Amino acid sequence: MTYSFELPLLALLILTAAGAMIVKELISAVLILGAYSFFLALVWAWLGAADVAFVEAVVGAGLATVFFLLTLSQTSPEDTRIRRPPPPIIAVIALPLLGLLLLYAANDLPAFGDPGSPASVHVSPHYIENSLADTRTPNVVTSVLMDYRVLDTLIETVVVFTSGIACWLLLRRDAE
Amino acid sequence: MLELIEAALRRPNLVAFVLLLLWGLYITITHHNYVKKLVGLYIVQTSVIFFLVATGFKEGATVPVITGGNDDYVNPLPQVLTLTAIVVQIATLGVSLGLVSRIYRKFGSLDEDEVLEKLG
Repeated sequence: MTYSFELPLLALLILTAAGAMIVKELISAVLILGAYSFFLALVWAWLGAADVAFVEAVVGAGLATVFFLLTLSQTSPEDTRIRRPPPPIIAVIALPLLGLLLLYAANDLPAFGDPGSPASVHVSPHYIENSLADTRTPNVVTSVLMDYRVLDTLIETVVVFTSGIACWLLLRRDAE
Repeated sequence: MLELIEAALRRPNLVAFVLLLLWGLYITITHHNYVKKLVGLYIVQTSVIFFLVATGFKEGATVPVITGGNDDYVNPLPQVLTLTAIVVQIATLGVSLGLVSRIYRKFGSLDEDEVLEKLG
């Protein structure tokens, strides 16, 4: 198993997430979040998820940053500085416990990159073997998204349309 | 204890997922600024998507585009499901940012405590 550039990439991912938590200025936090999204796209390209990497780079790093900046552009500068009240004691105690609980379950999960993991041997080989003959599309992700599960994608566009209507209703100038 | 640490180190995806999830949840719980809370929620969502995609990874496998060679391909199904999840995540993020800017227009503040004070 080669760890030449993967571990630095994961470290950068976690560092940028921490940076988005630490900085006191909201605009800096949003821009660091955009960098975080780009590192995430790189990680996904490494994991062999080219389509997800494209979508994350365009939608996550681009569109989400634009949305955040559009919201912040309407606010005055003194509102974008962050007050840091002391954290509630329940968060300081409960969150590390939750993390330990999740890590405790590590032994029950298949190892990272294991070709014999249950997720990789049960359903997905059928799609990898048959999708080219069924749909004439070399890209398995496209054929599953646009052919086998096209109803899912249709409902997804309904969700996006609904959220567009909701945004329009919320941001109308004459809404009272 | 030692074998637990070793088991976690053999799954760097799980460790990164847990760290990102906890950081996102911590931001969401402790900060009183609405935009900062949304930054935290965004990190939580992307951490879960990261974990799902990482479960489909196979050692020595390539991108699932069938080229005719005898290559091994990574599991395409988590990628398909997370593509949908990313788009829905951006849609909900847009709606929640719309709500935040509406709140800012009405109350003139992004801070949770000030808004609650003005609500009475």
